[in-house]
Amino acid sequence: MTATVFNQQEIYKSLEEVMDPEIPTLSVIDMGMITGVEETGTGVRVKMIPTFTACPAIHVIKDSIQKKVESLGYENVEVQLDDSIVWDSDRITPNGKILLENFGLGTPKRHCGNFGIEEIAHSKCPHCGSEDTTMNSIFGSTLCRSTHFCFSCKQAFERFKPV
Amino acid sequence: MEAIKNLLFRMADDELIYGHRMSEWTGMGPIMEEDIAYSSMAQDKIGHALANYSILEKEFQTANPDKLAFFRKENELMNCQLVELSNHEYDFSLVRHFLFDHADFIRYEMLSTSSFAPLAQLSKKIKGELKYHVLHADTWLTRLGNATDESHARMQSALNELWNYALGIFEPSDYEAQLIAEKIFDGEKVLQQKWIEKISPIIEKANLKIPSSSSPVYGGRKGYHTDQLQPLLTEMAEVISSEAEGTEW
Repeated sequence: MTATVFNQQEIYKSLEEVMDPEIPTLSVIDMGMITGVEETGTGVRVKMIPTFTACPAIHVIKDSIQKKVESLGYENVEVQLDDSIVWDSDRITPNGKILLENFGLGTPKRHCGNFGIEEIAHSKCPHCGSEDTTMNSIFGSTLCRSTHFCFSCKQAFERFKPV
Repeated sequence: MEAIKNLLFRMADDELIYGHRMSEWTGMGPIMEEDIAYSSMAQDKIGHALANYSILEKEFQTANPDKLAFFRKENELMNCQLVELSNHEYDFSLVRHFLFDHADFIRYEMLSTSSFAPLAQLSKKIKGELKYHVLHADTWLTRLGNATDESHARMQSALNELWNYALGIFEPSDYEAQLIAEKIFDGEKVLQQKWIEKISPIIEKANLKIPSSSSPVYGGRKGYHTDQLQPLLTEMAEVISSEAEGTEW
Protein backbone atom coordinates (compact mmCIF):
# COMPACT_ATOMS: atom_id res chain seq x y z
CA MET A 1 0.00 0.00 0.00
CA THR A 2 1.34 3.44 -0.86
CA ALA A 3 1.05 6.14 1.73
CA THR A 4 -1.57 8.83 1.16
CA VAL A 5 -0.26 12.19 -0.10
CA PHE A 6 -0.23 14.73 2.74
CA ASN A 7 -3.28 16.94 2.65
CA GLN A 8 -3.49 19.19 5.68
CA GLN A 9 -6.98 20.47 4.96
CA GLU A 10 -8.34 16.95 4.65
CA ILE A 11 -6.86 16.03 8.03
CA TYR A 12 -8.30 19.12 9.73
CA LYS A 13 -11.68 18.31 8.20
CA SER A 14 -11.53 14.75 9.52
CA LEU A 15 -10.74 15.99 13.03
CA GLU A 16 -14.13 17.74 13.06
CA GLU A 17 -15.48 14.24 13.62
CA VAL A 18 -13.32 13.50 16.67
CA MET A 19 -15.49 14.39 19.65
CA ASP A 20 -14.67 15.44 23.20
CA PRO A 21 -15.82 12.46 25.30
CA GLU A 22 -17.20 14.73 28.03
CA ILE A 23 -19.22 16.87 25.59
CA PRO A 24 -19.88 14.47 22.73
CA THR A 25 -21.41 17.03 20.37
CA LEU A 26 -18.21 19.10 20.30
CA SER A 27 -15.17 18.18 18.23
CA VAL A 28 -11.54 18.70 19.13
CA ILE A 29 -11.52 21.44 16.46
CA ASP A 30 -14.50 23.28 18.06
CA MET A 31 -12.72 23.04 21.42
CA GLY A 32 -9.56 24.61 20.02
CA MET A 33 -7.49 21.62 21.10
CA ILE A 34 -5.56 21.15 17.85
CA THR A 35 -2.47 23.35 17.53
CA GLY A 36 -0.91 21.93 14.38
CA VAL A 37 -1.01 19.32 11.63
CA GLU A 38 2.36 18.71 10.00
CA GLU A 39 4.05 16.42 7.55
CA THR A 40 6.99 14.52 9.00
CA GLY A 41 9.58 12.67 6.91
CA THR A 42 7.60 9.45 7.05
CA GLY A 43 4.10 10.41 8.12
CA VAL A 44 1.91 12.92 9.92
CA ARG A 45 2.15 14.72 13.24
CA VAL A 46 -0.93 16.17 14.92
CA LYS A 47 -0.21 18.52 17.79
CA MET A 48 -2.82 19.00 20.51
CA ILE A 49 -3.33 20.53 23.94
CA PRO A 50 -5.52 19.33 26.80
CA THR A 51 -8.20 21.68 28.12
CA PHE A 52 -7.32 20.97 31.77
CA THR A 53 -4.07 19.60 33.20
CA ALA A 54 -5.98 16.82 34.92
CA CYS A 55 -8.22 15.99 31.95
CA PRO A 56 -8.88 12.26 32.37
CA ALA A 57 -9.95 11.91 28.74
CA ILE A 58 -6.67 12.95 27.21
CA HIS A 59 -5.52 9.42 26.29
CA VAL A 60 -8.90 8.58 24.79
CA ILE A 61 -8.79 11.76 22.71
CA LYS A 62 -5.22 11.08 21.55
CA ASP A 63 -6.17 7.57 20.45
CA SER A 64 -9.28 8.80 18.65
CA ILE A 65 -7.26 11.39 16.72
CA GLN A 66 -4.67 8.80 15.74
CA LYS A 67 -7.28 6.29 14.54
CA LYS A 68 -9.16 8.97 12.60
CA VAL A 69 -6.07 10.14 10.72
CA GLU A 70 -4.99 6.56 10.08
CA SER A 71 -8.44 5.85 8.64
CA LEU A 72 -7.63 8.36 5.88
CA GLY A 73 -4.78 6.09 4.82
CA TYR A 74 -1.86 7.87 6.46
CA GLU A 75 0.97 5.87 8.00
CA ASN A 76 3.21 6.75 10.94
CA VAL A 77 0.66 9.03 12.56
CA GLU A 78 1.94 10.64 15.69
CA VAL A 79 -0.22 12.65 18.12
CA GLN A 80 1.93 14.91 20.22
CA LEU A 81 1.01 16.97 23.29
CA ASP A 82 2.06 20.51 22.49
CA ASP A 83 3.49 22.12 25.60
CA SER A 84 4.24 25.43 23.90
CA ILE A 85 0.61 26.58 23.97
CA VAL A 86 -1.70 26.90 26.98
CA TRP A 87 -5.37 26.15 26.37
CA ASP A 88 -7.91 28.71 27.50
CA SER A 89 -11.64 29.08 26.88
CA ASP A 90 -11.03 31.81 24.25
CA ARG A 91 -9.85 28.97 22.02
CA ILE A 92 -13.39 27.54 21.72
CA THR A 93 -14.62 28.47 18.24
CA PRO A 94 -17.82 30.53 17.70
CA ASN A 95 -19.41 27.36 16.31
CA GLY A 96 -18.23 25.51 19.41
CA LYS A 97 -20.04 28.00 21.63
CA ILE A 98 -23.29 27.47 19.71
CA LEU A 99 -22.87 23.71 20.09
CA LEU A 100 -22.21 24.11 23.83
CA GLU A 101 -25.44 26.07 24.22
CA ASN A 102 -27.36 23.47 22.23
CA PHE A 103 -25.89 20.84 24.55
CA GLY A 104 -27.41 22.80 27.45
CA LEU A 105 -24.31 24.50 28.80
CA GLY A 106 -23.76 28.19 29.44
CA THR A 107 -20.72 29.56 27.61
CA PRO A 108 -17.80 31.70 28.72
CA LYS A 109 -17.38 35.16 27.18
CA ARG A 110 -14.20 36.03 25.36
CA HIS A 111 -11.86 37.39 28.06
CA CYS A 112 -8.39 37.77 26.49
CA GLY A 113 -6.76 36.47 29.67
CA ASN A 114 -8.34 39.03 31.95
CA PHE A 115 -11.46 38.18 33.94
CA GLY A 116 -12.66 38.37 37.52
CA ILE A 117 -15.32 36.99 39.79
CA GLU A 118 -18.13 38.83 37.96
CA GLU A 119 -17.43 36.94 34.75
CA ILE A 120 -16.99 33.66 36.62
CA ALA A 121 -20.24 34.09 38.56
CA HIS A 122 -22.52 35.32 35.81
CA SER A 123 -23.81 33.22 32.95
CA LYS A 124 -26.65 33.61 30.50
CA CYS A 125 -29.16 30.74 30.81
CA PRO A 126 -28.61 28.30 27.92
CA HIS A 127 -32.24 27.19 28.08
CA CYS A 128 -34.23 30.45 27.94
CA GLY A 129 -31.54 33.06 27.31
CA SER A 130 -32.29 35.01 30.48
CA GLU A 131 -29.55 36.95 32.25
CA ASP A 132 -31.43 36.62 35.57
CA THR A 133 -29.33 33.76 36.94
CA THR A 134 -27.14 32.95 39.91
CA MET A 135 -24.14 30.70 40.45
CA ASN A 136 -24.57 27.85 42.92
CA SER A 137 -21.03 26.54 42.85
CA ILE A 138 -17.86 27.20 40.89
CA PHE A 139 -17.45 23.43 40.51
CA GLY A 140 -19.64 21.02 38.60
CA SER A 141 -19.90 17.52 37.18
CA THR A 142 -16.61 17.86 35.27
CA LEU A 143 -13.57 20.08 35.83
CA CYS A 144 -14.63 22.44 33.06
CA ARG A 145 -18.10 23.23 34.45
CA SER A 146 -19.68 25.39 37.16
CA THR A 147 -23.29 25.04 38.37
CA HIS A 148 -25.95 27.78 38.09
CA PHE A 149 -29.66 28.43 38.44
CA CYS A 150 -31.98 30.48 36.25
CA PHE A 151 -34.67 32.52 38.06
CA SER A 152 -36.58 33.05 34.84
CA CYS A 153 -37.18 29.47 33.69
CA LYS A 154 -36.47 27.95 37.13
CA GLN A 155 -33.98 25.50 35.72
CA ALA A 156 -30.59 24.49 37.07
CA PHE A 157 -27.88 24.50 34.44
CA GLU A 158 -24.15 24.02 34.05
CA ARG A 159 -21.75 26.34 32.35
CA PHE A 160 -18.44 25.85 30.64
CA LYS A 161 -16.09 27.89 32.84
CA PRO A 162 -14.01 30.78 31.64
CA VAL A 163 -10.41 29.63 31.96
CA MET B 1 19.94 20.28 38.43
CA GLU B 2 19.55 18.94 41.98
CA ALA B 3 17.98 22.28 42.87
CA ILE B 4 15.25 22.00 40.24
CA LYS B 5 14.62 18.34 41.04
CA ASN B 6 14.21 19.18 44.72
CA LEU B 7 11.76 21.96 43.90
CA LEU B 8 9.73 19.70 41.59
CA PHE B 9 9.56 16.92 44.19
CA ARG B 10 8.38 19.31 46.88
CA MET B 11 5.63 20.61 44.63
CA ALA B 12 4.58 17.26 43.19
CA ASP B 13 4.46 15.58 46.59
CA ASP B 14 2.37 18.43 48.03
CA GLU B 15 -0.14 18.04 45.18
CA LEU B 16 -0.22 14.25 45.42
CA ILE B 17 -0.77 14.05 49.16
CA TYR B 18 -3.12 16.99 49.33
CA GLY B 19 -5.08 15.67 46.36
CA HIS B 20 -5.67 12.43 48.23
CA ARG B 21 -6.68 14.23 51.39
CA MET B 22 -9.15 16.34 49.39
CA SER B 23 -10.56 13.24 47.71
CA GLU B 24 -11.54 11.90 51.12
CA TRP B 25 -14.47 14.33 51.02
CA THR B 26 -15.90 12.60 47.97
CA GLY B 27 -19.26 11.27 49.10
CA MET B 28 -18.77 12.83 52.55
CA GLY B 29 -19.21 16.57 51.92
CA PRO B 30 -21.57 18.52 54.19
CA ILE B 31 -23.61 19.58 51.15
CA MET B 32 -23.57 18.21 47.64
CA GLU B 33 -21.91 21.29 46.13
CA GLU B 34 -18.99 20.86 48.54
CA ASP B 35 -18.78 17.17 47.80
CA ILE B 36 -18.40 18.07 44.13
CA ALA B 37 -16.02 20.95 44.81
CA TYR B 38 -13.57 18.85 46.82
CA SER B 39 -13.76 16.03 44.30
CA SER B 40 -13.00 18.44 41.45
CA MET B 41 -10.13 20.08 43.29
CA ALA B 42 -8.73 16.67 44.23
CA GLN B 43 -8.74 15.73 40.56
CA ASP B 44 -6.91 18.95 39.70
CA LYS B 45 -4.29 18.34 42.40
CA ILE B 46 -3.55 14.80 41.29
CA GLY B 47 -3.30 16.09 37.72
CA HIS B 48 -0.85 18.76 38.87
CA ALA B 49 1.19 16.12 40.70
CA LEU B 50 1.28 14.02 37.54
CA ALA B 51 2.40 17.00 35.46
CA ASN B 52 5.26 17.75 37.86
CA TYR B 53 6.35 14.09 38.09
CA SER B 54 6.24 13.97 34.29
CA ILE B 55 8.71 16.86 34.07
CA LEU B 56 10.98 14.95 36.47
CA GLU B 57 10.80 11.87 34.28
CA LYS B 58 11.26 13.72 31.00
CA GLU B 59 13.95 16.22 31.99
CA PHE B 60 15.83 14.30 34.69
CA GLN B 61 15.22 10.65 33.77
CA THR B 62 13.71 9.72 37.14
CA ALA B 63 11.38 6.74 37.58
CA ASN B 64 7.97 7.09 35.93
CA PRO B 65 5.19 9.06 37.67
CA ASP B 66 3.40 5.95 39.01
CA LYS B 67 6.57 4.73 40.67
CA LEU B 68 7.32 8.17 42.09
CA ALA B 69 3.82 8.49 43.45
CA PHE B 70 3.24 5.02 44.85
CA PHE B 71 6.57 3.35 45.55
CA ARG B 72 8.66 5.85 47.45
CA LYS B 73 9.23 5.49 51.16
CA GLU B 74 7.69 7.89 53.61
CA ASN B 75 11.05 9.58 54.33
CA GLU B 76 11.60 10.17 50.61
CA LEU B 77 8.49 12.33 50.31
CA MET B 78 9.08 16.07 50.49
CA ASN B 79 5.57 17.40 51.04
CA CYS B 80 5.00 19.84 53.87
CA GLN B 81 3.28 18.36 56.90
CA LEU B 82 0.25 20.64 56.48
CA VAL B 83 -1.06 18.59 53.55
CA GLU B 84 -0.66 15.18 55.16
CA LEU B 85 -2.69 15.84 58.33
CA SER B 86 -5.81 13.66 58.56
CA ASN B 87 -9.14 15.29 57.90
CA HIS B 88 -11.57 15.51 60.73
CA GLU B 89 -14.09 18.35 60.93
CA TYR B 90 -15.02 20.29 57.82
CA ASP B 91 -13.77 23.60 59.25
CA PHE B 92 -10.30 22.08 59.57
CA SER B 93 -10.27 21.00 55.91
CA LEU B 94 -11.59 24.35 54.77
CA VAL B 95 -8.99 26.42 56.61
CA ARG B 96 -6.20 24.12 55.40
CA HIS B 97 -7.53 24.54 51.85
CA PHE B 98 -7.48 28.34 52.25
CA LEU B 99 -3.94 28.43 53.67
CA PHE B 100 -2.43 25.94 51.24
CA ASP B 101 -4.12 27.02 48.03
CA HIS B 102 -3.16 30.66 48.36
CA ALA B 103 0.48 29.62 48.72
CA ASP B 104 0.13 27.17 45.85
CA PHE B 105 -1.45 29.76 43.55
CA ILE B 106 1.25 32.36 44.28
CA ARG B 107 3.97 29.73 43.84
CA TYR B 108 2.77 28.85 40.33
CA GLU B 109 2.26 32.51 39.53
CA MET B 110 5.91 33.17 40.47
CA LEU B 111 7.07 30.13 38.52
CA SER B 112 5.26 31.18 35.36
CA THR B 113 8.28 33.42 34.61
CA SER B 114 10.86 30.81 35.69
CA SER B 115 14.04 30.43 33.63
CA PHE B 116 13.34 26.68 33.63
CA ALA B 117 11.05 26.62 30.60
CA PRO B 118 9.12 23.35 31.21
CA LEU B 119 8.06 24.55 34.64
CA ALA B 120 7.25 28.07 33.44
CA GLN B 121 4.96 26.67 30.75
CA LEU B 122 3.22 24.28 33.13
CA SER B 123 2.78 27.02 35.72
CA LYS B 124 0.98 29.29 33.25
CA LYS B 125 -1.57 26.53 32.81
CA ILE B 126 -1.90 25.53 36.45
CA LYS B 127 -2.31 29.02 37.87
CA GLY B 128 -5.43 29.51 35.73
CA GLU B 129 -6.94 26.38 37.27
CA LEU B 130 -5.94 27.29 40.84
CA LYS B 131 -7.79 30.57 40.50
CA TYR B 132 -10.96 28.57 41.10
CA HIS B 133 -9.54 26.80 44.15
CA VAL B 134 -8.61 30.09 45.78
CA LEU B 135 -11.97 31.61 44.96
CA HIS B 136 -13.73 28.64 46.53
CA ALA B 137 -11.64 28.89 49.70
CA ASP B 138 -12.16 32.66 50.04
CA THR B 139 -15.92 32.36 49.60
CA TRP B 140 -16.32 29.83 52.40
CA LEU B 141 -13.78 31.36 54.75
CA THR B 142 -15.52 34.74 54.70
CA ARG B 143 -18.98 33.21 54.77
CA LEU B 144 -18.38 30.95 57.77
CA GLY B 145 -16.14 33.42 59.58
CA ASN B 146 -19.08 35.84 59.57
CA ALA B 147 -22.03 33.46 59.99
CA THR B 148 -22.89 32.19 63.48
CA ASP B 149 -20.97 32.23 66.75
CA GLU B 150 -20.32 28.55 66.37
CA SER B 151 -19.06 28.75 62.79
CA HIS B 152 -16.84 31.69 63.69
CA ALA B 153 -15.39 29.90 66.72
CA ARG B 154 -14.75 26.77 64.68
CA MET B 155 -12.97 28.67 61.91
CA GLN B 156 -10.80 30.55 64.40
CA SER B 157 -9.92 27.38 66.24
CA ALA B 158 -8.96 25.62 62.99
CA LEU B 159 -6.84 28.61 62.00
CA ASN B 160 -5.04 28.48 65.37
CA GLU B 161 -4.43 24.76 65.00
CA LEU B 162 -3.15 24.95 61.43
CA TRP B 163 -1.16 28.17 61.41
CA ASN B 164 2.24 26.75 62.37
CA TYR B 165 1.81 23.91 59.90
CA ALA B 166 0.97 26.44 57.18
CA LEU B 167 4.21 28.29 57.88
CA GLY B 168 5.92 24.94 57.29
CA ILE B 169 4.96 25.21 53.59
CA PHE B 170 7.83 27.69 53.31
CA GLU B 171 10.54 25.56 54.91
CA PRO B 172 13.66 26.64 53.03
CA SER B 173 15.51 24.07 50.96
CA ASP B 174 19.31 23.74 50.70
CA TYR B 175 19.03 25.26 47.23
CA GLU B 176 17.34 28.59 47.86
CA ALA B 177 20.34 30.75 46.86
CA GLN B 178 20.94 28.76 43.71
CA LEU B 179 17.28 28.81 42.63
CA ILE B 180 17.20 32.57 43.10
CA ALA B 181 20.55 33.21 41.39
CA GLU B 182 19.57 31.13 38.37
CA LYS B 183 16.17 32.82 38.21
CA ILE B 184 14.38 29.52 38.54
CA PHE B 185 12.33 30.52 41.58
CA ASP B 186 12.42 33.61 43.80
CA GLY B 187 12.51 31.41 46.88
CA GLU B 188 10.34 30.40 49.82
CA LYS B 189 10.97 33.62 51.72
CA VAL B 190 9.54 35.82 48.97
CA LEU B 191 6.67 33.38 48.54
CA GLN B 192 5.82 33.55 52.23
CA GLN B 193 5.90 37.35 52.17
CA LYS B 194 3.53 37.51 49.19
CA TRP B 195 1.29 34.92 50.85
CA ILE B 196 0.96 36.90 54.08
CA GLU B 197 0.16 40.05 52.10
CA LYS B 198 -2.49 38.21 50.13
CA ILE B 199 -4.26 36.30 52.91
CA SER B 200 -4.17 38.91 55.70
CA PRO B 201 -6.99 41.12 54.33
CA ILE B 202 -9.13 38.08 53.55
CA ILE B 203 -8.69 36.71 57.08
CA GLU B 204 -9.64 40.14 58.38
CA LYS B 205 -12.70 40.21 56.15
CA ALA B 206 -13.66 36.83 57.61
CA ASN B 207 -13.49 38.43 61.06
CA LEU B 208 -10.71 36.03 62.05
CA LYS B 209 -7.32 36.68 63.62
CA ILE B 210 -3.91 35.37 62.67
CA PRO B 211 -2.39 33.77 65.82
CA SER B 212 -0.07 36.26 67.51
CA SER B 213 2.74 33.83 68.23
CA SER B 214 4.10 31.50 65.63
CA SER B 215 6.60 28.70 65.35
CA PRO B 216 6.75 27.06 61.92
CA VAL B 217 6.54 23.27 61.75
CA TYR B 218 9.48 22.28 59.57
CA GLY B 219 10.69 18.82 58.62
CA GLY B 220 8.32 17.72 55.90
CA ARG B 221 10.54 19.05 53.12
CA LYS B 222 13.42 16.94 54.47
CA GLY B 223 11.36 13.75 54.75
CA TYR B 224 10.31 14.00 58.39
CA HIS B 225 6.59 13.41 58.67
CA THR B 226 3.80 13.00 61.18
CA ASP B 227 2.39 9.56 61.97
CA GLN B 228 -0.58 10.47 59.77
CA LEU B 229 1.28 10.13 56.46
CA GLN B 230 2.22 6.43 56.41
CA PRO B 231 -1.36 5.14 56.74
CA LEU B 232 -2.32 7.36 53.79
CA LEU B 233 0.59 6.08 51.67
CA THR B 234 -0.34 2.49 52.47
CA GLU B 235 -3.91 3.13 51.43
CA MET B 236 -2.89 4.95 48.23
CA ALA B 237 -0.67 2.06 47.13
CA GLU B 238 -3.05 -0.70 48.18
CA VAL B 239 -4.30 -1.51 44.70
CA ILE B 240 -1.09 -1.02 42.74
CA SER B 241 0.87 -3.12 45.27
CA SER B 242 -1.58 -5.99 44.96
CA GLU B 243 -0.78 -6.50 41.28
CA ALA B 244 2.31 -8.01 39.72
CA GLU B 245 4.78 -5.46 38.34
CA GLY B 246 3.99 -4.44 34.79
CA THR B 247 0.27 -5.11 35.07
CA GLU B 248 -1.58 -3.16 32.40
CA TRP B 249 -4.77 -1.41 33.48
